[in-house]
Amino acid sequence: MATQHSRSAARLMLAPAVILLLGWMLVPLTMTLYFSFKKYLPLRGGDLGWVGFDNYIRFVTSSAFWPSVMTTLLIVGGVLVITVVLGVLLAILLDQPMWGQGVVRILVIAPFFVMPTVSALVWKNMFMDPVNGILAHLWKAFGATPIEWLSQASVPSLIMIVSWQWLPFATLILLTAIQSLDSSQLEAAEIDGAPPVKRFWYITLPHLSRAITIVILIQSIFLLAVFAEIFVTTGGAFGTRTLTYLIFQRVLESQNVGLGSAGGVYAIILANIIAIFLMRIVGKNLDA
Amino acid sequence: MARAVTTQRKTINTAIAWAIGLLIFFPILWTVLTSFKTEAQAISDPPVFLFFDWTLENYSIVQERSNYMRYLWNSVIIAGVSTIIGIIIAVPAAWSMAFVPSRRSKDILLWMLSTKMLPAVGVLYPIYLLFIKMGLLDSLVGLTIVVMLINLPIIVWMLYTYFKEIPVDILEAARMDGATLREEILYVLTPMAIPGIASTLLLNVILAWNEAFWTLNLTAAKAAPLTAFIASYSSPEGLFYAKLSAASTMAIAPILILGWFSQKQLVRGLTFGAVK
Repeated sequence: MATQHSRSAARLMLAPAVILLLGWMLVPLTMTLYFSFKKYLPLRGGDLGWVGFDNYIRFVTSSAFWPSVMTTLLIVGGVLVITVVLGVLLAILLDQPMWGQGVVRILVIAPFFVMPTVSALVWKNMFMDPVNGILAHLWKAFGATPIEWLSQASVPSLIMIVSWQWLPFATLILLTAIQSLDSSQLEAAEIDGAPPVKRFWYITLPHLSRAITIVILIQSIFLLAVFAEIFVTTGGAFGTRTLTYLIFQRVLESQNVGLGSAGGVYAIILANIIAIFLMRIVGKNLDA
Repeated sequence: MARAVTTQRKTINTAIAWAIGLLIFFPILWTVLTSFKTEAQAISDPPVFLFFDWTLENYSIVQERSNYMRYLWNSVIIAGVSTIIGIIIAVPAAWSMAFVPSRRSKDILLWMLSTKMLPAVGVLYPIYLLFIKMGLLDSLVGLTIVVMLINLPIIVWMLYTYFKEIPVDILEAARMDGATLREEILYVLTPMAIPGIASTLLLNVILAWNEAFWTLNLTAAKAAPLTAFIASYSSPEGLFYAKLSAASTMAIAPILILGWFSQKQLVRGLTFGAVK
């Protein structure tokens, strides 16, 4: 159906979006690569020449690197486990017949729309404050000593805050997937006498596997980039410095651009590894 | 066939679901409630839930002290303008890939998606430097452009999945009747795609409104939107719970309401059409 004329028109209409995104990707990426091979300290002498792979080696051998990798893995892993497990349970619950289903769904997804700086501050001050926070009141009510959440249990606290923000996303996607499950299958299994746990394990869960994979991949990309929550709550102190935060500190706080850029290249490579898997799934869906 | 469900089971479901729903919603509810308390009531021990003297003074104090309206205005401009420009650029692109697909369309789509995966922190310094060189640091123009670019892939994708659902036959019929390409897009495609475009608009306003990496790193005082305004409450003002709550409520209320309208589109938009 497409004529020569419409083809060239199509190319013309695609051009602005492609050119803009190409520029947005290539220009900063090239600059980051360029800086990563230089000793570059804007406030202390500026460009001090080429240093080869020095920055790459120094970034991974610095004492802050491995702890930051561990923190990143803990936060990403912790949030993924919590949101996926609770998300599946919540999605199944919300799929059951009940009164006021629409309202409950609205309550559950609301945290997703709260801007990261607000949720971080509200949790930090009004919930996790060791004196006036709600959790402190709760602990005292049971006769326990309140916990100084963000210093004594900083990483679990952050996992809790970030999980609260992302649970709605997981729940909503899994709920959408559950609703597409043909209920006659479940009914047949029930008539054949399969107990609920088996029905879940052999019918519901396999049906959800693709949606779970997508949730994990998309969340990983966003979770690796978690920034505002740390910026507002601990500022990277008390062992909450993730890879993203470490790079931010190297680049903007200590203005060691060469070193930070090398870290940035590592982050880009890591994100790309995850992205490749995500693309494969999305790409397959495109053919269908 | 719908199964008959006993009233008893339905009651139990309802009770559990509401309890969990309220628990998840509680931090937001508590913030809104606290914003109407006095500072003394906000930290009273034990906490008061509903029976306190409701007051609006926190809202006026927040506005007076930090000029909330200016931050709100910046947020509206950044979220609104970046989304509109993004859609103007994305509609033709999505049209051409949906209706005149070539061998490369799929690759281009996936490549666009891949730009969204680029970790922002990896390109923080280059953008920061370019902004300084071009005088864009702490400017609405600069921030709007950046937010537009980070959301452009999602806009293209969402529009693409919506356009894909419009039958090509209708467009061809229009062409047979002698409609030019411009007329075809403007008078045939656009009206049919309005619901899709509206959903795309809604979701992207939300994403742009809550964007907190670039807004925190590229603004200071002039162009700072609500994300940065709230971050400035970090300390010591954050200890004034009632004022913090009022500021937070004002920052999230508009988007919470928009968000509830867009929950269906959220799934499609954020999974790039992989889950519908």
